[in-house]
Amino acid sequence: MNVPLSSDDRGGTAQPLLIVRDLKKHFPAKGSFWRLSRDKVQAVDGVSFSVAKGQTVGVVGESGCGKSTTARLLLHLIEPDAGEVIFDGEGVGAPGGIGVRDLRLQMQMVFQDSYSSLNPRATIADIIAFGPRMAKKVPSRQAHDRAGGLLEQVGLQPSLFARRYPHELSGGQRQRINIARALALEPRMLILDEAVSALDKSVEAQILNLLADLRRDLGLTYLFISHDLNVVRHVSDRVVVMYLGRIVEAGDVGAIFRRPSHPYTQALLRAMPSMDPDRRTEASPLTGDPPNPINPPSGCRFRTRCAFAEEVCARVSPALDDIAGGHQVACHMMVPGSGHSRAGTICAGHD
Amino acid sequence: MAQFIVLRLLHTILILFGVSIVAFGLIHLIPGNPLDILLPPEAPKEVVERLKVEFGFDKPLYIQYLAWLGRVLQGNLGTSVFTGLRVTGELLSALGNTFVLAIPAALLGFSLGTTLGTLAAFNHGRLLDKLFSVIAILGISMPHYWLGIALVIVFAVLNPVLPAAGMGGDGGFPVNWDEARHLILPVITLSMIPMGVIGRIVRSTVLEILSQEFPTALQAKGLQHRQMVWHVLKNAAPPALAVMGLQLGFLLGGSILVETVFNWPGSGQFMNLAIFRRDIPVLQGTVLVLASFFVIINLLVDVLQALIDPRIRR
Amino acid sequence: MADVSTILQPIILPDTSAGAEPRSYWSTVGERLVHDRITLAVGAVLLCVILLAIFAPWAATHDPLQGSVLRRLKPVGTPGFFLGTDEIGRDIWSRLVYGGRLSLICGVTPVALATLIGGTLGLVAGIGGRVVNMAIMRVVDVFYAFPSVLLAIAICGVIGAGIGNTMLSLMIVFTPPIVRVTESLTAQVKNRDFVEAARASAAPLHAIIRHQILPNVLGGMLVYATSLVGISIILSAGLSFLGLGVTPPNPEWGLMLNALRQAIFVNPIVAALPGLAIVLTSLCFNLLSDGLRSAMDIKLPS
Repeated sequence: MNVPLSSDDRGGTAQPLLIVRDLKKHFPAKGSFWRLSRDKVQAVDGVSFSVAKGQTVGVVGESGCGKSTTARLLLHLIEPDAGEVIFDGEGVGAPGGIGVRDLRLQMQMVFQDSYSSLNPRATIADIIAFGPRMAKKVPSRQAHDRAGGLLEQVGLQPSLFARRYPHELSGGQRQRINIARALALEPRMLILDEAVSALDKSVEAQILNLLADLRRDLGLTYLFISHDLNVVRHVSDRVVVMYLGRIVEAGDVGAIFRRPSHPYTQALLRAMPSMDPDRRTEASPLTGDPPNPINPPSGCRFRTRCAFAEEVCARVSPALDDIAGGHQVACHMMVPGSGHSRAGTICAGHD
Repeated sequence: MAQFIVLRLLHTILILFGVSIVAFGLIHLIPGNPLDILLPPEAPKEVVERLKVEFGFDKPLYIQYLAWLGRVLQGNLGTSVFTGLRVTGELLSALGNTFVLAIPAALLGFSLGTTLGTLAAFNHGRLLDKLFSVIAILGISMPHYWLGIALVIVFAVLNPVLPAAGMGGDGGFPVNWDEARHLILPVITLSMIPMGVIGRIVRSTVLEILSQEFPTALQAKGLQHRQMVWHVLKNAAPPALAVMGLQLGFLLGGSILVETVFNWPGSGQFMNLAIFRRDIPVLQGTVLVLASFFVIINLLVDVLQALIDPRIRR
Repeated sequence: MADVSTILQPIILPDTSAGAEPRSYWSTVGERLVHDRITLAVGAVLLCVILLAIFAPWAATHDPLQGSVLRRLKPVGTPGFFLGTDEIGRDIWSRLVYGGRLSLICGVTPVALATLIGGTLGLVAGIGGRVVNMAIMRVVDVFYAFPSVLLAIAICGVIGAGIGNTMLSLMIVFTPPIVRVTESLTAQVKNRDFVEAARASAAPLHAIIRHQILPNVLGGMLVYATSLVGISIILSAGLSFLGLGVTPPNPEWGLMLNALRQAIFVNPIVAALPGLAIVLTSLCFNLLSDGLRSAMDIKLPS
């Protein structure tokens, strides 16, 4: 993919814009008596991936798998317990790297449309101008003018919308504002956290189109978080699948959707309802109950719901291994010599 | 659950410590030397110095506090500067008299408030509701001591049917009708504010519950109206209980005004006298005891709330 | 799934609220207030009370401090003293009017000061980390452990009577509840998405507090503070009633109430008048607070 390099570019085309290594975050479980209890919610447990410039990487998983926490860790809205975030070759928070503030000027987030994502007491123009005015000391007049320009860019007439208040707008309009606000600081990368999940399908389509156009026009890079597999398939170049705080599979969108290799990914895809009335889901592809995030299963976290779980799965945590040109899977079955009875006998995309 | 109680208990003990510090520290806010109250200004210096040592005023503040605290924990609240009597005994009997007022007032106010509040909520928008709102807001806008005066005017002056003041007996619970008569006006006066506050809380809580869907669902399941009301009340109980605890504290600590109007020899009047006579030990002891009561009542209310509403047990 | 990439142009959405002026939150609240008949009536009454107090020298018919033994305890309707006279022969109406000044000041000032101090503390407690929060809230808890009447009386009893001390004592009494309310509101607002978005925009903390948090907390604080004014008036009158507040011969409603107590056997109506003034003013503030709360409780479309 040939993306024109932005003027802030440091590392060149080959340098991934974002590298995440071994990100970890544990929360003390609610009710733990003054932190004496050992119970921790292992929200994010060793997540590593990278995002190339101009790419859209989709992150999928069920509720509670740690997608949103990961997003907030990237921006340091929550402090990571461990791990590194490297933006365009520079470590965030590391000596000689870039600071969190500078990171936020280059990487912004678009929130899920809920009524509470916009300040109810501020006008739309104020909301969009807030970032540039406060973070970059842009004079108010200029910031408001730019806000008008951004409104146009997201498809809203400034003369009609600049002075309105969030409660006067529809869900789709508010989401456009969310996007405009994120763009106000002229970032190079956007994290979209369930950005279209709360919208009606028709509006969702409009917003997805808008996002595609903006990516093309502004040379942006996207991290697209969603639980909706169809949407992820439509927008992503690469897909990362998360389960209970870990990545279980990652690869190009074609590989993931046509040759899913991890049992969890396969189950997710089988669970997608089909438009074809002849294909009916007879039984739930996933067995067992979702485990407790406070005390996750030892070894491979998916083993309690996996039809192929064996003793080695409880003993050893599978690492995220490359099985074929950028396609990574964390499963003992894919690794020859791992101790699993089916190891080495399976090719990518087994069923 | 046990964890919750333990935490709350620790918290309460901490608060009680703080309360004792404030109660103790009050006297040191008085401008001037505490000894000036006890002695005439022309007292010779050696006497002043000797009394200083005797009372412990020469020692650093925290030592004085610890000594005082030690005595308090043994039940010794000091000796009244004025009467020479032990504070503990006097206070307890005065407190008893206040209880004679406060408990009936609490019962009256809470039951009346809950009933009227519930009725108002179930008749939302109709005359009963509006009438209740007027009464409730009058109840809380009114200085209750003024109401006391007004009641005395109506029932003891203009038409003398009830006594205007005093307890009528030797103290303690009324044992005959005459003593009980003396209770009527003060209790009604004292119950006004709790009735208003509880009534309003109950009304707004019940309204909020009724606006949810589950009461309708309950009735659709075939529950009788009466049973549905019971369920609604159970849900409305926690916030109402919390407020009742606060109101109980108000009744104990705030009775001073009503006691003054009705010349009732309770803890409020006890404290009032102490203030005017600058009777430090009495003041310290009374404030400490009344505030501690309040804290413990709130602890009990919290535990009760947690028992009823499992969501509160954090 | 339909191929949505065919829709390529940015969409100019039709204006769904044709020609309507943008409605800010506060202007909506203001409009609702004005349309609430009760609040309107109450506001008018309160305005009268305030105006009477401000223009007391003109509204009063006599010198409030001038009494005459010959005119003691005249009843309502006496020519020249239409609300009667008190136990020293001073005109009740004039004393009520001048007393309004003191009572209003004693009602509003402590609450205003407590809101300033308590609001700041509550904000700090809400935004600061766990340690700061615990430190502030535990101290507040200790003061909360005293019933307000008890605390006010104890403080006044200790530092002495007088209008300044009364206001100081009441300010101390009202600060803890305001801290609690503000802290609770701040903690709620702090967790909302738009605050997180503001943090993500690398804006400095003071800007976030000023533009995002404060505007959303002020409303709740205002409702609570107005409800406290009514209580403050009653409490300050109560303190004066006990002899701990304003000192004679100043006209203050609570003080008048106490002084006239002996008079209930002679002229009961006159004795009750100052209380009526207290009830009226306090009632107005309470109703105003209620009206403000329902005006602010706008169920906005989400």
